Amino acid sequence: MTELAAPGLAPSMRSGRRFTSQTSALLLMLPPALVLFTLFVALPLFDAAYYSLFKWDGYGTPTDFIGLDNFKQALGHAVFWQAVRNTLIVLAVSVFVQLPVALGLALLIYEKTPANTLFRLIFFLPFILAEVASGLIWSFVFDGNTGVAAALFHALGMEPVFILADRHWAFAAITLVIVWKYFGFHMMIYIAALQGVPKEMLEAARLEGGGRWAIVRHVQVPMIASAIGVSVFFSIVGSLQLFDVVIPLTNGGPSNSTHTIVTYLYTFGLTRTRIGFGSAVGVMLFVTAVAVAVLYQRQISKGGRS
Amino acid sequence: MKRFSGLPMLGAASLLATLFASTAFADVTVHVLRPEVPNTEKAYHQKMVADFEKSHPGVDIAFEYIANEAYKQKLTTLLQSDQKPDLIFSWAGGVLTQQAKAGVLQDISASVTSDWSASIANAGLSAFTVDGKVYGMPVNASDVVFWTNLDLAKKAGVDPESIKTWDDFLTAVKKAQAAGITPIMVGGKDKWPLHFYYGYLWVREAGKDGMAAAMGGEGDGFASASFVKAGEDFKKLVDLQPFEPGFMDTTFEQATGQFGDGKALFHLMGDWEYGTEKQNSVSGKGIPDDKLGTISFPAVAGGAGEATDTFGGINGYAVIAGAPPEAVEFLKYMTDAENQKLAGAQGLFIPIAKGVEGSIANPFFRKMSEALAVSKFHQIFLDQALGSDVGATVTDVAADLAQGVVTPEAAAKTVQDAWSMR
Repeated sequence: MTELAAPGLAPSMRSGRRFTSQTSALLLMLPPALVLFTLFVALPLFDAAYYSLFKWDGYGTPTDFIGLDNFKQALGHAVFWQAVRNTLIVLAVSVFVQLPVALGLALLIYEKTPANTLFRLIFFLPFILAEVASGLIWSFVFDGNTGVAAALFHALGMEPVFILADRHWAFAAITLVIVWKYFGFHMMIYIAALQGVPKEMLEAARLEGGGRWAIVRHVQVPMIASAIGVSVFFSIVGSLQLFDVVIPLTNGGPSNSTHTIVTYLYTFGLTRTRIGFGSAVGVMLFVTAVAVAVLYQRQISKGGRS
Repeated sequence: MKRFSGLPMLGAASLLATLFASTAFADVTVHVLRPEVPNTEKAYHQKMVADFEKSHPGVDIAFEYIANEAYKQKLTTLLQSDQKPDLIFSWAGGVLTQQAKAGVLQDISASVTSDWSASIANAGLSAFTVDGKVYGMPVNASDVVFWTNLDLAKKAGVDPESIKTWDDFLTAVKKAQAAGITPIMVGGKDKWPLHFYYGYLWVREAGKDGMAAAMGGEGDGFASASFVKAGEDFKKLVDLQPFEPGFMDTTFEQATGQFGDGKALFHLMGDWEYGTEKQNSVSGKGIPDDKLGTISFPAVAGGAGEATDTFGGINGYAVIAGAPPEAVEFLKYMTDAENQKLAGAQGLFIPIAKGVEGSIANPFFRKMSEALAVSKFHQIFLDQALGSDVGATVTDVAADLAQGVVTPEAAAKTVQDAWSMR
């Protein structure tokens, strides 16, 4: 319902050589993007904001105006806060577990050798898989009757645990899948950045007597700081949007304990045909996403000045 | 009520591709939209279409099928667009009421002649009536029963025929456990299979009048004593830990297959279980008919409901506003005795027209049909009857009760809160 407005939707405004003036380029190139943006981003956004003030099941036009009741209901709903908590957990795990893992692996295999290429491919594979497919694959892995997890427990002489059926552990299993699924993507960002660090610089550091760790800490990581910034931004936005891995794994259950904000919106807004309520959750998610984007831009421009 | 999972996108795509693309040069085309069904049932539809078109020159009937979940999600938007069909498949209940109140359905009361209405079972007709107006017609009904593996029953020393009360049933569960047999298979991940327990216990404890009173908002509604008692009955079962390990990570499709593999004594399910337990089992054959039994949901001591009251689905077709009179004609044709008998004889579903029980070839379906015929109160699945929002709340709390994470009082109150806030 609310998508974070992707940067770069407006066409780049550099005046081309083929146009006599900037105005004609504007007239030619702005409308398509503007129409698309208005139709599929701006209008739905305003619609959602409008619907969020009504109790509406999607039939006819919304007439039952209830002010901010939808927002109040969501904020008073335990499952909503569980979803917010889960989203924050995903965010924390992404930033503090997934990114260091990705960085560590990138440092190991960023140099161009045939073996490294192979490992890069292997680590990147999970990211290529469709989200729903990986969710399904992992639901088989976690299956307590036939899954790999079951075989593992049997080998250890223990009773198999049905992780996805357990209210306390199901979400931990989901975060594992998320780390597995996306670390390859971040690793690739780091590899690209690490390959851009001048070799002379590394050599100089080595000549100065810097050990491996010192080089990583004082040369490589500072040199790829902007790439790390981008990857943190992607993890935060990705955490806020997380949906398609959760649905095939647990569908938000058991007992609604594994919802993220978006699966919450989908389950309680769309499948229950409470469009007004769903819109209210969507509006809150949108505001959060915009706040994150603005904060990020601020950080970046600050970094640029210093 | 048949539930199929998967392929929603494919279904949606095929809808877009084929819906209304098939308009021939007929004067009138009646578009029928419904969820996906097995090929045998499609052949049955095609036969009716061919016969009807022959006797009604100039009328063209076009059936379109899309995946179950995609169908439910799509209707709200579709019915308000210019692309709306003329007849839609409906599970009746709260969703039908919602559609009727929104004005997207057609009041066909005037076209429902007395001989037509008299030919349909009363429970079926009233399911398609909202505020005294008829918006569609039922074609089939289903009854939820305990499907029983007779081999395992023998092994556990359980006589299925003797299970008449909830306490008898609890005893049977204990006997199965003592014999090392999983008593009950359930697809808890989907939640609705668990609501069959809670919902049937509501019907047994509250009865017809209690259900009507709760829906009418009288007294404490769904938080009143009989609904709390139903939760307590369910808790007695849950406390025995009767379900297969990991039941909250088991879907209906997996559960029915495992029941077909002979992994549990009971599976509480509707008529479609007969086909799915075979189809989803490892062997593809499931439990042989002579080793399979059904028992009615047991009575509870002191409950207001009668032991013959039933819980299940009533399915049919609703007529959309603006549909031509031919759509109603075809609906009438689908519900006539001949076509209903044919469906019964082919074992496609349990027909709802009166006096066709004898034509039902499948012995399990015939037994259900007879139970429905004597039932004075047939409660439609609660996730349909109470509308999508409160319905989902009921399946949620049924799953919570099954995991023992809410008390019967809290469960009843959650439902009542959702009902009063709907």
